[in-house]
Amino acid sequence: MGTMEFLSATQIVLAVLARFWPVWVAMAIVLGASFWFKKKLGLYGQLFDSGVGIAGVVICFFWLFTAIFANRVAPFDPLGQIPVMKDALPGAIDANSGLAYLFGGDKLARDVFSRMIYGSRIVLAIAPLATGFALMVGITLGLPAGYYGGKIDSFLSFLANLVLAFPVILLFYLLVTPGIMDTPIPFAMAGLFFLFPIIFFCTLFYTRFKNRPERLYLLLGLTLLFGGWVYIGLVFNADPFGIVKMDPNELNIFVAVVFASSPGVFRIVRGLVMDIKTRDYVAAAQTRGESPWYIMLWEILPNARGPLIVDACLRIGYTTILLGTLGYFGLGLAPESPDWGTAIKDASRLLRSFIHPALPPTIALMTFVLGLNLLADALREQSMKD
Amino acid sequence: MFAFIIRRLGTMVLTMLCLTMVVFFMVNLEPNLKKLAISQLDMRSPADQIESWLVKNGYRQNFFVRYGQWIGVVKKQPNIDATGKAIPRFSFCNEPTEPYYGGVLEGDFGCSTKFKTKVANKLFPALGATGILMFWVMVTMVPIALLIGILAGMREGTRTDRTLSVASIATTATPEYVSGIIFTVIFASWLGWLNGSAATATAQGITFYNFTLPVMTMAIYGIGYIARMTRASMVEVMTQQYIRTARLKGLSFSSVVIKHALRNALIAPFTVIMLQFPWLLTGVVIVEVMFRYQGFGYTLVEAAGNNDIDLLLGCSLVSVFVVLFTQLISDLGYAYLNPRIRVQ
Repeated sequence: MGTMEFLSATQIVLAVLARFWPVWVAMAIVLGASFWFKKKLGLYGQLFDSGVGIAGVVICFFWLFTAIFANRVAPFDPLGQIPVMKDALPGAIDANSGLAYLFGGDKLARDVFSRMIYGSRIVLAIAPLATGFALMVGITLGLPAGYYGGKIDSFLSFLANLVLAFPVILLFYLLVTPGIMDTPIPFAMAGLFFLFPIIFFCTLFYTRFKNRPERLYLLLGLTLLFGGWVYIGLVFNADPFGIVKMDPNELNIFVAVVFASSPGVFRIVRGLVMDIKTRDYVAAAQTRGESPWYIMLWEILPNARGPLIVDACLRIGYTTILLGTLGYFGLGLAPESPDWGTAIKDASRLLRSFIHPALPPTIALMTFVLGLNLLADALREQSMKD
Repeated sequence: MFAFIIRRLGTMVLTMLCLTMVVFFMVNLEPNLKKLAISQLDMRSPADQIESWLVKNGYRQNFFVRYGQWIGVVKKQPNIDATGKAIPRFSFCNEPTEPYYGGVLEGDFGCSTKFKTKVANKLFPALGATGILMFWVMVTMVPIALLIGILAGMREGTRTDRTLSVASIATTATPEYVSGIIFTVIFASWLGWLNGSAATATAQGITFYNFTLPVMTMAIYGIGYIARMTRASMVEVMTQQYIRTARLKGLSFSSVVIKHALRNALIAPFTVIMLQFPWLLTGVVIVEVMFRYQGFGYTLVEAAGNNDIDLLLGCSLVSVFVVLFTQLISDLGYAYLNPRIRVQ
């Protein structure tokens, strides 16, 4: 084994910036366009009026494009091992390919930089999607609870409080263990949760277009066809085209995260509905003889969108933190998975000897959540101005 | 008021009953029972030996009978050995050899299979250790958070406000496992001022050297959230008429803030601080595992990892109780502090 070549600190910085070139190009195009047309872009355009908003948008787009172009940005395979590079310090050059381990190698001789880049893919695939499902569940149950009140409300609120009283970590230890994959519980829960978006959109279209059958049948048909296709693919892993599929481990995590965060959404939606249903336009709709679900979905929900969008941003961040927690305790994801939580766990065990594998995933997770929180803060400021 | 508390306590008991039933169901799933049996026998035990261990120790009885035994409304039965003589189920817990009521209602939390002792002997010292940690976290977190919130909300829109707001957003974006690592790198590996492990705290007592990092790590995540709530509440109070009146009366700004605004601005953060407890519970688990501090969180992880049924149930009972009890305190305290709210 010959002596290993190293890049200097400046060279590392320059090389990292150069690796991200597809991200810079995409960001320049999108941000340039957004800035140019910001007057026409509504709430999104208004984000560019404040420093906090710009920072939030820039950080979120950075990670979004990093996840999209991960295979171009990362120089190495996230699972590939080059034995010489075990615990290599940042900037060590691999003699065979001539490429450098920009942030060094971990204890299994994998490239820390590439793992961080590929980790963003896992995080950005699960966190927003799980938040979306949690929103669907929370909205579909929170609307009737807030609107009707009474027994429905007491029952649903009791269930929500039950889940909220569970410490998140205990919930995960019970729901995300390898053993539970042998039982039908995760699949039953997935089957239940993934039903909500289909119910939501069917009710949404039915209440609006029930007097215009030609439009209704088309929209219902599309919802059922597309929803059913995704449903079969995700829950039964039996997509006939093989496009929609989810690894059982990921499904388990996904379900646990949706389960843990939908009661929060439920509470917010319920509170908003109870406030909005006293407004005059709701009374007007009731007088017109509109059905309760029409009022909930087409009168109340659009007027609750401001706080819900803000909450969704914060919640994606919180879900990212939850995913990290799962990874940190080694629950759910495969041990070699490059996601940030698992990487943090692996690195934190060896913190006494090597620092460099720990920092990239921690800083990545922190900046992404920070970006989302800044975005939420800017959105809140803007929606308060209206 | 009295009826309100009674009703809330009733809901609390019902919630605890439902949740422990769910936990009981989950820990008694087939794969989890197998895991328990394997951990008590050894890795290569054949299937029939595992099965006979489960039957012998009563894990194959009816679900509701066993749940009743845990609660303490059904009698626990001793094991019967080969000669037909009754022997205690777990000898390390001094269980009697005749049937007896030994559940939570009788104050008996059962027997930990992992630590080979009574759950109470393991759980309560661990809770004590966590109580100390929580105390120091609260002592550092609450004053700092309130101070930041008040300073930021006192003059809305100034540079101080914006700087402090962004700083508090940044801390809410930093979960314990991130800040813990960053602080360890800076203060333990690089500067060498603090110890990166609190393992010595249990045996040799708590010192500034071994306890600062865990406390700091836990406090930082909560600070931002409480500070933001305080700021919002402070901003609202500062726009009220009575504040303007006090200013026009000629009082100094600092005396208006301290004497008139503060009291009313602190009502909302009180609720938030109380509702922080469930979040702190997750933080406790992460921090105790990260810094190897033998408290409640560490016990919970050990119990869950080894499917130690009684210990895990004890842990969930305690944590659910903490969550619900702080919720109750927060509601009552809110009604007490804010005379416009009346509980009914």
